[in-house]
Amino acid sequence: MIVAQGLVKRYGAFAAVDGISFEVAPGESFGLLGPNGAGKSTTMRMVGAVSSRSGGELKILGLDPDRHGPDIRSQLGVVPQADNLDTELRVRENLLVYGRYFGLPRRVVAERADELLSFAQLEDRAAAKVDALSGGMKRRLTIARALINDPRILLLDEPTTGLDPQARHILWDRLFRLKEQGKTLVLTTHYMDEAEQLCDRIVVVDKGSIMAEGTPAELIRRYSSREVLELRFGSDRNHEVAQALQGRGDRIEVLPDRILVYTADGEQELERVSEAGLHPITSLVRRSSLEDVFLRLTGRSLIE
Amino acid sequence: MSDPRWSKSGDVASRDRSAASAYATDDARLALAAGARPRRFGAWYVAEHRLRVMWSYAQTIISTGFGEPLVYLYAMGVGLATLVDRNLDAGGVGYLVFVAPALLCSAGLTAAMIEFSYPVMVGYKWNPTFSGMHAGPIRPGQIVDGLVISVVIRLAATMVVYYAFMVLFGAVPSPTGWIAIPVAVLTGMAFGTLLMAYASTIREDTGQLAMVQRLVVLPLTLFSGTFFPLTQLPWFLQWIGWISPLWHGTELSRVATFGYAEPIWLTAVHVVVLVAMTAVGWLWSRRIAVRRLTA
Repeated sequence: MIVAQGLVKRYGAFAAVDGISFEVAPGESFGLLGPNGAGKSTTMRMVGAVSSRSGGELKILGLDPDRHGPDIRSQLGVVPQADNLDTELRVRENLLVYGRYFGLPRRVVAERADELLSFAQLEDRAAAKVDALSGGMKRRLTIARALINDPRILLLDEPTTGLDPQARHILWDRLFRLKEQGKTLVLTTHYMDEAEQLCDRIVVVDKGSIMAEGTPAELIRRYSSREVLELRFGSDRNHEVAQALQGRGDRIEVLPDRILVYTADGEQELERVSEAGLHPITSLVRRSSLEDVFLRLTGRSLIE
Repeated sequence: MSDPRWSKSGDVASRDRSAASAYATDDARLALAAGARPRRFGAWYVAEHRLRVMWSYAQTIISTGFGEPLVYLYAMGVGLATLVDRNLDAGGVGYLVFVAPALLCSAGLTAAMIEFSYPVMVGYKWNPTFSGMHAGPIRPGQIVDGLVISVVIRLAATMVVYYAFMVLFGAVPSPTGWIAIPVAVLTGMAFGTLLMAYASTIREDTGQLAMVQRLVVLPLTLFSGTFFPLTQLPWFLQWIGWISPLWHGTELSRVATFGYAEPIWLTAVHVVVLVAMTAVGWLWSRRIAVRRLTA
């Protein structure tokens, strides 16, 4: 569906995207994971055929976006990072005018609008003003709008950023249904849990380049241990204790507020730490996540 | 496939490749078919959207559309006229007849100013709906075209109502008077498209549009031969009229509504200037739209 090779986007001397290559297969759910400013959104804009590339090759549905922008975009559904629903129109009207952009007959648009309002759980809000919706509802309406043309590929840029946990879970559930229906999803996120929930395959992006690629489980296996022991000794003592902990587990990572010990068995490691006479204020044993992968790959945490 | 040099695994790989490329061409064909209508009619879909938005504030449009001509024609054309008619030679006609076409064009300009400033700021910046259209199959130029189409329709409706009031007030002696309607629309477009181009370049809103209202629109309204002939102005201010779409539109409307006497070449100049301004503003807006949306 999407083939990118050595994709570059430069703004003046600055390369926002610096030679990214990836492919997305039909029905796949593909994630670009990275911190803010990594080049995810810029990549999305090129894949969305709204921003031209400075270098490299890009084919979407077998077409070159530089020549076939409108044709490609007629097959995409786009959920931008910031909602841009028309606040001067009502909820259902937003779907109606957007559907027309794809040249769909009014009758078809009206039918789909009703189906999508129910998919987005907004049937009873059809005549409401957009500004009267909650953040989660607006997001769902934006997703409904992106589906009005029955797109081949759905592009989601940070779909749940800024939503409360409950709204995020509702949204994930909706997106998961689309994935089950066989829609091709491409999404960017800086949330680990989101990537783990929704993506079959992930590329980790930092500073415009790809750091790693694989399924969430593969990445964790390759770049992290099975478990992580988190120890807090208080921000003053963390550094000092870290010296004493050197050599424990597979490796350790010292963060400002805590020390991470990567190990196959966290409980056992915790016992050994206590035996050595070190008593953390709090400790936590958890499974490795993509956050750990990112930390390993870049030496930085994702949300800064 | 029957080439003996192909190994078994090579066979599979090449079959995979050809399956993939067949898939790709199907995808491409579908996309090209779906893209055809938006490529052709995209601007109309944008206009449809804009008109639907206008419908949401139709009450305002209708009340000003009826209220404005009533108030202005009465105040200027009837009230002020009782004073003016005694003192000013307004080309051999009463002041009402003289001022009515100017008020019409001025109303066109004001309406165009509103429809080309606020929606453009919203579309690019405040709530980037233009990005939303462009994320669909609509091209940047089509967004501009769609805005232009919708404003032409909106202006035409408003001008027809205004003109009807002029007729009721007895301000249109000439049978060719109706030509003032398209002229007033054109006047609005000449100013409006240039304003749209300017508004499209605004990235940080620091009240520039309010400044345009005060420093451009107001002087234009006062010094464009609107309430008195341009020749009444001192020579060093008369250039304002020549660069003002309102003066060209007003003079042209006067020719239509009461056979205002001016050389034929000057009438031609009015038409050319208004069309040229519209074209420049329109094309400039399209260029900015491409630059701004595809960065």
